[in-house]
Amino acid sequence: MEIEFRSLSKQFEDHKDVLLPMDFAGDVHALAVIGPSGGGKSTLLRILGGLIAPTAGQVWIGGEKVCYEGAAVEAHRKKIGYVFQLGGLFKHMSAIDNIVTPLIRVHGFSKEQARARADELLGRFGLLTEANKKPAALSGGQQQRVAIARAISAKPKLLLLDEPTSALDPEYTTEVLGIIRELKEERLDFVIVTHEMGFARHACEKVLFLAEGQLLEYGDSDTIFQQPATYKLRSFLGKLLEWNI
Amino acid sequence: MLIGFVWLSLTKAGVPLDFSFLKDFSKRLGDGFWLTVALSLASLACSLLIGVACAAGQSAKILPLRYLCNIYVGLIRGTPLIMQIYLFFYIVGTAWGIENRFAAGVIILSVFEGAYITEIIRGSLLSIEAAQIEAAKAVGFTGRQTVRYVVLPQMVARTLPALTGQFASIIKDSSLLSIIAVTELTQTIREISATNFRLFECYFTLGVLYLCLTLPISFVSKWLERRYDYGN
Ligand SMILES: Nc1ncnc2c1ncn2[C@@H]1O[C@H](COP(=O)(O)OP(=O)(O)O)[C@@H](O)[C@H]1O
Ligand SMILES: [Mg+2]
Repeated sequence: MEIEFRSLSKQFEDHKDVLLPMDFAGDVHALAVIGPSGGGKSTLLRILGGLIAPTAGQVWIGGEKVCYEGAAVEAHRKKIGYVFQLGGLFKHMSAIDNIVTPLIRVHGFSKEQARARADELLGRFGLLTEANKKPAALSGGQQQRVAIARAISAKPKLLLLDEPTSALDPEYTTEVLGIIRELKEERLDFVIVTHEMGFARHACEKVLFLAEGQLLEYGDSDTIFQQPATYKLRSFLGKLLEWNI
Repeated sequence: MLIGFVWLSLTKAGVPLDFSFLKDFSKRLGDGFWLTVALSLASLACSLLIGVACAAGQSAKILPLRYLCNIYVGLIRGTPLIMQIYLFFYIVGTAWGIENRFAAGVIILSVFEGAYITEIIRGSLLSIEAAQIEAAKAVGFTGRQTVRYVVLPQMVARTLPALTGQFASIIKDSSLLSIIAVTELTQTIREISATNFRLFECYFTLGVLYLCLTLPISFVSKWLERRYDYGN
């Protein structure tokens, strides 16, 4: 999937310059966005997913310009799958309803089609026995698997994941990252914001480094990790590796 | 223990108990009982409307409207019901010629309870997390679908138990309307006890009758709380 930013920037009323004007073009299959907290990673992902509009500039996805108004932005969101950190599932709905309701209401599935699709995904992620539980009754890892199932249920053209494992215990992190890697093998294009550097390096083809609202580096994941070009990336990676065994 | 204490006080006072008069007044008691039920139901409906409108007003973009709603809630919650009843009935009611005591009672009670219901609804509105709204956007819901499938169900789940509890309060608070001679349950008992002086038996009966209404309601409220608890 071709993704392109043209002098894209974002400012909030009470917080200026969250994203400084940036240009970017790349063919994205498995892209990791890394960088220090507060650097603007989530903001960038929200703009990509059509959840918020940029202050200036344009976003092009797959050769189409993303329009941030009215029905057009709703149509854009329908084509994107989104997974949040934790708590992105609707709390009052069971796992299966979380998947089925958007399929019926947004994507025009019939009840039977939606159920069949939800069962297929829940089965695949080992969640069939949890189908009727509310999110609060599921472990963090199970919640995130349901969230991924929901996000891919309507076969989106692009999957966006914002720190999907940051709130999870290590063993759940591995299981969720395993699922995402499987999706990559099925050629589902995704952008993931993550602090799991091992995953960024080995499971993602490209890495984008964002700090203080600036897009500082972009390149093949091996290159980024082996030969960081900027001082900021070197120091960011250095801090992460400080406690490595 | 409380029952034991009341019992002890009774035997100490040496009052013989005699509930036989209840039969003679059963028709009036029944009328009073159903009037209390009718008053409370009507007030519940009206106060819900007020509560919803006022909670919406409090989160409106128009500042004067917001202030107005806040002032209403502040004034009503900050003053006793009995003062409001006198004020409304004898001053406002006289000025505008509201003769019907039932209607006056419903208006007063609704205005009073509406302020509390506003707070209940506003609280549940505030408790809906931004993350849930963002998730609704992300799955592709339109604004209207977000309200229909996410905001409303979560609000109902959070307000219903509290609203049921508030209904029990309305029933109890309606007893104060006896001071403007609405012949609901309490007023009926007052009238009866004024003729036969069986104070204890009268008010004991009154308590039992109110409990017949409020106990099942608080039971339902508890049940709703468990039914809609999806963990927060
Ligand atoms: N809705 C908002 N209003 C104001 N400031 C915001 C908003 N969202 C994010 N910010 C600010 O933008 C900066 C970048 O946030 P974010 O994109 O969440 O960073 P990251 O995901 O890299 O940690 C932070 O300083 C944050 O406080
Ligand atoms: Mg973030």
